[in-house]
Amino acid sequence: MQGILATLMFVAPDWVVSLTRERRPNAFWAEYVLWPVIQILIVLFVILTLVAYLVYLERKVSAFIQARLGPMRVGPWGLLQPAADGLKLLLKEDIIPLKADRVVFALAPIISVVAALVVLAVIPWGAAWATIANINIGLLFILAVSSVGVLGLVLAGWASNSKYSLLGALRSSAQMVSYEIGLGLSIIGALMFARTLSMSGIVEAQQADHVWYVFFQPLGFLVYLISALGETNRAPFDLPEAESELVAGYHTEYSGFRWALFFMAEYSSMIVTAAIAVTLFLGGWMLPGVTGTSLFGIGPIQNSTLHTFASVAVFGLKVMLLIYAYMWFRWTWPRYRYDQLMELGWKWLIPAGLANIVLTGIFYVLALPPARGGVFDLMREVSGRLVPTGKGVGYFILTGTAITVPLVWLLLVNINRRSRDFNLHDQRQLQVNLRRERLEKALQPQPSDGGTQ
Amino acid sequence: MQEQSSATGQETLFDAEEMVLNMGPQHPSTHGVLRVILKLDGETVVGLDCDIGYLHRGVEKIAESDTYAMITPYWDRLDYVAAVSNDLCYVEGVEKLIQVEVPKRAEYLRVILTELQRIASHLLWLGTHAMDIGAVTVLLYAFREREEILKIFEDFIGARLTAHAFRIGGLWWDVYPEFETRVRDFLQILPGRIEEYETLLNANRIWLQRTVGIGVLPAEEAINLSLTGPGLRGSGVKYDVRKAQPYSAYSDFEFEIPIGENGDTYDRYLCRMEEIKQSALIIEQALDGLPEGPVMAKVPKVLKPPAGEVYHSIEGPKGELGVYLVSDGTGKPYRMRIRPPSYINLQSLKRMSIGHLVADVVALIGTIDIVLGEVDR
Repeated sequence: MQGILATLMFVAPDWVVSLTRERRPNAFWAEYVLWPVIQILIVLFVILTLVAYLVYLERKVSAFIQARLGPMRVGPWGLLQPAADGLKLLLKEDIIPLKADRVVFALAPIISVVAALVVLAVIPWGAAWATIANINIGLLFILAVSSVGVLGLVLAGWASNSKYSLLGALRSSAQMVSYEIGLGLSIIGALMFARTLSMSGIVEAQQADHVWYVFFQPLGFLVYLISALGETNRAPFDLPEAESELVAGYHTEYSGFRWALFFMAEYSSMIVTAAIAVTLFLGGWMLPGVTGTSLFGIGPIQNSTLHTFASVAVFGLKVMLLIYAYMWFRWTWPRYRYDQLMELGWKWLIPAGLANIVLTGIFYVLALPPARGGVFDLMREVSGRLVPTGKGVGYFILTGTAITVPLVWLLLVNINRRSRDFNLHDQRQLQVNLRRERLEKALQPQPSDGGTQ
Repeated sequence: MQEQSSATGQETLFDAEEMVLNMGPQHPSTHGVLRVILKLDGETVVGLDCDIGYLHRGVEKIAESDTYAMITPYWDRLDYVAAVSNDLCYVEGVEKLIQVEVPKRAEYLRVILTELQRIASHLLWLGTHAMDIGAVTVLLYAFREREEILKIFEDFIGARLTAHAFRIGGLWWDVYPEFETRVRDFLQILPGRIEEYETLLNANRIWLQRTVGIGVLPAEEAINLSLTGPGLRGSGVKYDVRKAQPYSAYSDFEFEIPIGENGDTYDRYLCRMEEIKQSALIIEQALDGLPEGPVMAKVPKVLKPPAGEVYHSIEGPKGELGVYLVSDGTGKPYRMRIRPPSYINLQSLKRMSIGHLVADVVALIGTIDIVLGEVDR
């Protein structure tokens, strides 16, 4: 039994990979059809199952935060709950409101879910063969396709022909468009160091620089995380579906599996944004100790497949940690109001992202070798790529922190001074102002004989 | 854009009209079957109207054909999250009418139960208000503590929600032996739990942004709208029936009344949180000084109050809860009129909402703290 399992796990991928390497007559098919199809099937299967279990996880996490148990009935610890939910949603009556635009109504969830799933193709899940397509514009592709996702929400809101849906769609389009800018700006700093848009390339760049870019770009990471929350409509930015105001926002009129498609889109875009954050800022599948030849000092290990599996596990772990943080935020914080959300996006995140780009650029140029116009000479050219030296790593970490602290402080102070809504200092003072009055008692208690005549 | 359109002589650049949005009667955050008709310009509220009556049961009319004792259960079902307070109002009103002196022990127990009910009602308010603004977790925390109070009620009264605690002339039974220790146990855990809510909300940036400066009611306007309860005190008016016209045994206890300054949603929130703490203080004092003795006064089996009229009001969790009873000398009231604080406070919604956004309307419905059973009667 174990032998079969080991064969399946370790030998089979090697065999498929070997098909592509050896110059056989069927190499083209193996490389461009057979292997990608296998990869796509695996990724889809894993991600869709993961989405179902993320819902379960969300319920469990929220339950533990709220002193409850969460789903416990279906299967041990409620582990079969996602299956039961999926089955229920499949069997539900498919309702399309009479006054809805039927075609668009049916199309909207499909657009959403497709846009969310397509980007899975370029995410580097692990080392070696664990990426479906390693294209050189990976990150741009992700940004482009995921902004198509907002179309699904807008169309859903419009086609439902309901006012709540319309308001939800209005909110989501405005929100996603403005947060996409912050998102796009926040990643540029990290791209300056990586000097490539290929997702695998970014991870390899961090490997070559011996550092995760979160240390070079703390501000970029911060802005990215907040923008990603807004981009995926997660709390505290879940205005498009704010259930206490808009019932369910853009998917008010949806039920059954069409509704589930929106849900899948939301959770898979959560995975995608977390995966981008991991790739760009947290070193992708890298973890100190997990290398091609040894696992935490155990080794030497010659099996490259084992390394790939380990790297996928590392990647998954990092993604899950970020997703846990998302859930944590959701169940702890209240919800922003629409105008406050816009203010945060335009007055806070976008200026921060822009300032980050400019300052990072200046510090980067200063660190270049003199031959290239720099001053400090903290970078070397290694196989055609500029890599910071040991001192250079320290320099970039220092400047990254130096950018973050005063910039965050400056923005907070500035925003607090300018805006009534953000005036946190004055708001904190209010608590002191509540006074407890010792009211003097009236002279007479209410007469117990009343007004009886 | 305005200049441009005036230059071309057009009213607006596009055909734009205000959208009318029906919020309710089935809506997650109108706290029951309140229907709010909103006129929206984008998301800004330019007009608002409340449509009530979906839960109208005609309690005041029913009362005219029931005996005085039979009416009491209807009062449990007015403000169904604060049944005990409602009972106190009616029962004391009738006692005033028939001029019965209630034993001291009964009065103290009434104060304990009513203040427990005030805590329970404020906890429910806190949870739903926070949930309307998006902080779902507070709801579950608040319900955890409310559950303890409901258990104490259940063991004494038999019911959890519509707890029919009092009878005309006192209490039907004395409390069970462990009552005191259980209430004391609850009071022991309460301060820590309140601290938990305040950690989640008090200095939370989002919470502050959503509540500070929202729905500001100056003191004068609050009085003009005849607001009572935390809504009035949040605007800085020093009025609490427990102090202004002490009823039951309230004149025996030392407690303070929290007063807000700015009259916004945040001040009303702080006031209610402080009221919970003050209620706990009152209960402690009442338990310490709980006298022995009977809990029921001598009341005739068939009540026939002398002809006359009486108005009695108490400080309910939501404001001044009053009853006006007219007796014509028979066993049934000639007229019973309820002064429901929720209903009267609700009229401030229009004044507070206009100019704010849809999201604020939800927060404002929460801050008024309405119960539709009481609004519609």
